[in-house]
Amino acid sequence: MANQQYKLVSCIINGKPVEKMIDVRASLTDMLRDDYRLTSVKKGCEVGECGACNVIINGECFNSCIYLAVWAEGKEILTLEGLAGPNGEISDIQQAFIDEAAVQCGFCSPGFIMSAVEILEAKREFSDDEIRKLMSGHLCRCTGYENIFRAVKKTMLRRLGKNKEADAV
Amino acid sequence: MLVGKKVPRVDAYDKVIGRTKYTDDLCDKSAYIARILHAEIAHGKVTAIHTAEAEKIPGVVKIFTCFDVEEKHYFPTAGHPWSLDPSHQDVADRLILTEHVRFYGDDIAAVVAENEVAAAQALRAIQVEYEEYPFVMDVQEAMKDDAPQLHEEYPHNILKHTTIRKGNYEEAIQEPGLIKVEGWYDTPTVQHCHIENFICTAEMEGDRIKVVSSTQIPHIVRRVIGQALGMDWGKIRVIKPYIGGGFGNKQDVLYEPLCAWLCWKLGGHLVKLDVPREETFVSNRVRHAIRSHIISWVRPDGTFAARKLEAFSDQGAYASHGHSICAKGVGAFPQLYPCDNVEADAYTIFTNKPVGGAMRGYGIPQAMWAVECHTEEIAAKLKMDPIQFRLKNLMPVGYVDPFSKNEMYYDTFRQCMEKGMAAIDYERKYKEYQNQTGDIRRGIGMAVFWYNTAVWPISLESSSCRMVLNQDGSLQVQLGETEIGQGADTAYAQMTADVLGVPLEAVHVVSCQDTDVTPFGTGAYASRQTYTAGFSIRQTALLLKERILKYAQELTRMAPYNLDIVDGKIIRKTDNRELMTLGELSAAALYSLEHSQHLSAESTYQIKSNAYSFGCTFAEVEVDIPMCKVKLLDIVNVHDAGTLINPALAEAQVHGGMSMGIGYGLSERLLFDPKTGRAFNNNLLDYKISTFMDHPRLKALFVENPEPTSAFGTKALGEPPTCSVAPAIRNAVYQASGVFINDAPVTPHNLFRKLKEEGLL
Amino acid sequence: MYDIKALYEAENVPHAIQLLQEHPEAQIIAGGSDVLVQMREGKRAGKELVSIYMIDDLRGVSYEEDGAIRIGSLTSFSHITRDPIIQKHINVLGEAVDMVGGPQIRNIGTIGGNTCNGVTSADSASTLHAWDAIVELTGPNGIRRIPIKDFYIKAGKVDLQPAELQTAIIIPKAAYEGYQGHYIKYAMRNAMDIATTGCSVNVKLSADKKIFEDVRIAYGVAGPVPMRAPSAEAKAKGKAVSSATVKEFAQAVLDDIHPRDSWRAAKDFRQHIAVVLAERALKESIRLAGGEIDG
Repeated sequence: MANQQYKLVSCIINGKPVEKMIDVRASLTDMLRDDYRLTSVKKGCEVGECGACNVIINGECFNSCIYLAVWAEGKEILTLEGLAGPNGEISDIQQAFIDEAAVQCGFCSPGFIMSAVEILEAKREFSDDEIRKLMSGHLCRCTGYENIFRAVKKTMLRRLGKNKEADAV
Repeated sequence: MLVGKKVPRVDAYDKVIGRTKYTDDLCDKSAYIARILHAEIAHGKVTAIHTAEAEKIPGVVKIFTCFDVEEKHYFPTAGHPWSLDPSHQDVADRLILTEHVRFYGDDIAAVVAENEVAAAQALRAIQVEYEEYPFVMDVQEAMKDDAPQLHEEYPHNILKHTTIRKGNYEEAIQEPGLIKVEGWYDTPTVQHCHIENFICTAEMEGDRIKVVSSTQIPHIVRRVIGQALGMDWGKIRVIKPYIGGGFGNKQDVLYEPLCAWLCWKLGGHLVKLDVPREETFVSNRVRHAIRSHIISWVRPDGTFAARKLEAFSDQGAYASHGHSICAKGVGAFPQLYPCDNVEADAYTIFTNKPVGGAMRGYGIPQAMWAVECHTEEIAAKLKMDPIQFRLKNLMPVGYVDPFSKNEMYYDTFRQCMEKGMAAIDYERKYKEYQNQTGDIRRGIGMAVFWYNTAVWPISLESSSCRMVLNQDGSLQVQLGETEIGQGADTAYAQMTADVLGVPLEAVHVVSCQDTDVTPFGTGAYASRQTYTAGFSIRQTALLLKERILKYAQELTRMAPYNLDIVDGKIIRKTDNRELMTLGELSAAALYSLEHSQHLSAESTYQIKSNAYSFGCTFAEVEVDIPMCKVKLLDIVNVHDAGTLINPALAEAQVHGGMSMGIGYGLSERLLFDPKTGRAFNNNLLDYKISTFMDHPRLKALFVENPEPTSAFGTKALGEPPTCSVAPAIRNAVYQASGVFINDAPVTPHNLFRKLKEEGLL
Repeated sequence: MYDIKALYEAENVPHAIQLLQEHPEAQIIAGGSDVLVQMREGKRAGKELVSIYMIDDLRGVSYEEDGAIRIGSLTSFSHITRDPIIQKHINVLGEAVDMVGGPQIRNIGTIGGNTCNGVTSADSASTLHAWDAIVELTGPNGIRRIPIKDFYIKAGKVDLQPAELQTAIIIPKAAYEGYQGHYIKYAMRNAMDIATTGCSVNVKLSADKKIFEDVRIAYGVAGPVPMRAPSAEAKAKGKAVSSATVKEFAQAVLDDIHPRDSWRAAKDFRQHIAVVLAERALKESIRLAGGEIDG
């Protein structure tokens, strides 16, 4: 323990530049949960299978459990806590998860929502199969994915101005 | 009216912003980390555990082995209500740590360290010596005379054998002209796979132990920790925060006693026991694999003369929920398709495998696999339409079960089946898919299910509720019935608001159960809570309303029977005039200098009724014969769960159950090495739960026949959606390919063997 | 928290080599999706790591002077799939690596890591074998380039010399020009899975699309390492594009592959599937190459 190795990690988390001395053995999940108390980042398997720890790093989704914290150096990281607007208002995709009953136990929801954010940021219309594939890095045992699918597809269509199509999903 | 409306979940907002706190989120970082050392043999005795090397690892606090458990308080783990009758108590066969290893994964020692790395290093550094015994992995092998014995008190490893006898089977099969249909049906060992693994923490407050646990059953956990530690139950405080799914695994007391014991042995220091996924698969609970043998004697007109079922349930190494699972499944057999002459035998057998416990459906998914696979085979043998054959034989309207007094009030099966057929375009597709040839063929199939709500009259059913009025006219509602993701809190809020006459926003359901303050309740299981809590909510809300109106009488001088509460206001019913808001009344009552009163109500309702909950699944598949693959194209579940409290959440529950059923039918199976008893695939990569890409759109439909016995017309819905999915898929595969797969799941491996056997490859 | 004895972060390739020389026991970590998982399992627990993840020079797809396609070893699967050079010349590789795990895994997993771990089930490996890929290794003695089939020594073991790291994978121009191919991953579910068997086929047809000028086929999980099926290739090379050739080709794979029985799948099942995949992947390759077959 005495010669434990630490490293200063500077990055932007949820829009805010931060830096801390981090144990080099830490996963990004450990850093976000323990050092920054961002507890939306969940641990479900710790081997990159369940997707509960998913966060966005420089615009792409990563399972933070199998991502070394030191690699966050210089990166922009977005967790579910960072989605709210300046006045605390929630985003359309979060609202859609509420409206479509896409949340049950809620444990996988943060990871799913972050993948949905990446999909929506592409600003294009994906087919149903493409949506399924883009969301397939997450396991959920409560919802059967059906209402999550609806929430993502509806939000995608609404952002593209296709409100009528969204209502028909 | 809020009951019947699609209101958003009361906890959804916090969950989508990431604010909801689960057990690990609540745990202080000063916690010691506990890890369990699991046995690496299937059966034997631990003769020595060498911990010296492990103890030298920096950060290791202490290592406890099975030899450190001096007081042997055997305890049961099933999340069943306690029984004052010793003969009805669950089998107490567990110890905190065990010297006698009964399965690969049994708990033989625990490491407590300052951090998880030291704990993991210590686990690897411990050396264990065993005396190995022969072991047995198969239920029928385990019943043989020379089989290894797991528990001395249970000869032939039979935990329990129960029988149902109706009419005279032997005589009935003598009837001339009967057609015999016989089959063996197997279901796999599967696991719940809630995304939050089991986790608990323990620390002492004074001479009491506070345990925070990801559990469905906090009050039962309190009792069992007390039993396991030999401690007064009142000295245990169990807190259940939000949990990341349970599905029955957390309807067992898992490692709360161990965590509490470690904390106690360490002078009360905070200890966290966060079970890794690999251990969750093996050392928590699994669904019982059940092998069923069914013989039906059928008349050419499609009626039953006599039927026989033997079911062998794989209990694994310890009793846990034990025989109640197989018994529930076998109990469904004579009811679903009533027949005058029935013999049914249910056996629950110990084997050297992970422990079978409760899992969504509690024996019914296994039973429906056997029964509905068999039903399809009878229809095929008689060349009868499978729908017509079922309608001819299913439980008729007016049927009453003499034991539970459950009654079939409506023509539910016909209604559900008609709705499902219309939704999936069954008749057209069924005709179109007959007699296909070629590599890629389609099929459509269905299955029905039987389920009953709650556990009365086998066990206690009671629910207790407390309502406390705030100064602003809002109220807190507390129940021992737990939110585990299914939406219970939202349903409770809707019910409360309706009975009391307040808006939904005025109802604050206290989601967290704390056994120090929450009224007694046994928790989430048996799809009981909406039904059972409904009674205590209605009763308590009426009691509170009576007290409110009595106080309103003091303030308004109006007779209580001329008063009512509507939308949070006290109104005079005679002219509908609003006299005051509930907030005004509540503040006046609390701060009155003449007669101060804290308006609250608390009551227990004991439920002595029960309700059937029925439905069906329709599935359409495409079978790629050379690839040995089944693609699920369409699936519909139809349920009569009585009146829906919240149709959106009901639909969501059904989706989740269907998904679990799809995995049960097509891909999930925990595999074991026959040479060692070790699980091969105890991780989320190798154990195949369905992903987003393995499902078609899921359709959930309802027939809402109000349940006459229910406080809100509602009945079981949590578990039923899992019950008929797998056999419906299997029956669709049969229509497509002409092969009957009798051992679930219908994997490519399984299909390959069968297609080869039948000459299709 | 991983049981890492020490972590050394390489800033560039020479620095990585230097660190590997200074710490000969250290394990290279690229994206970490294998190394960290193994570390957690205890297999590599307590080891030193040399992280090459931050070396951006090893990312990206480009042309070499002779027209060969160069894929930096740290290029993630998702970046390979989205890359225009890959899409233009060897789209099947992009498709194959788009079947690895799920989206997050494809963002962290690298083609270098996928090949250096030496596993037979790697989704990239069969396609790289089928396209005659060359592996570029950089070490203290400079750069060496070897055919991918020579890179794989045995299950879990590749030809990485001390202090050497894989810096690129190269597809020579002759190996891709005029070829079209298809990969089929056979797995138990449609995402988050490893291949039970994977089959990558590509063809080069004559100008009239009637003759197989070349056919190449490689498998994952048909033996301890990814492998080509030369007997099958010989059955089709120079032959007419016909269903008879396709059948003969597919059956011949059984002369080359030697899958084993395991709890994941039985040998006879894998053999059966290998034949079906060969047939289907070849048919699709023919279609992509503009050919047609009878029946």
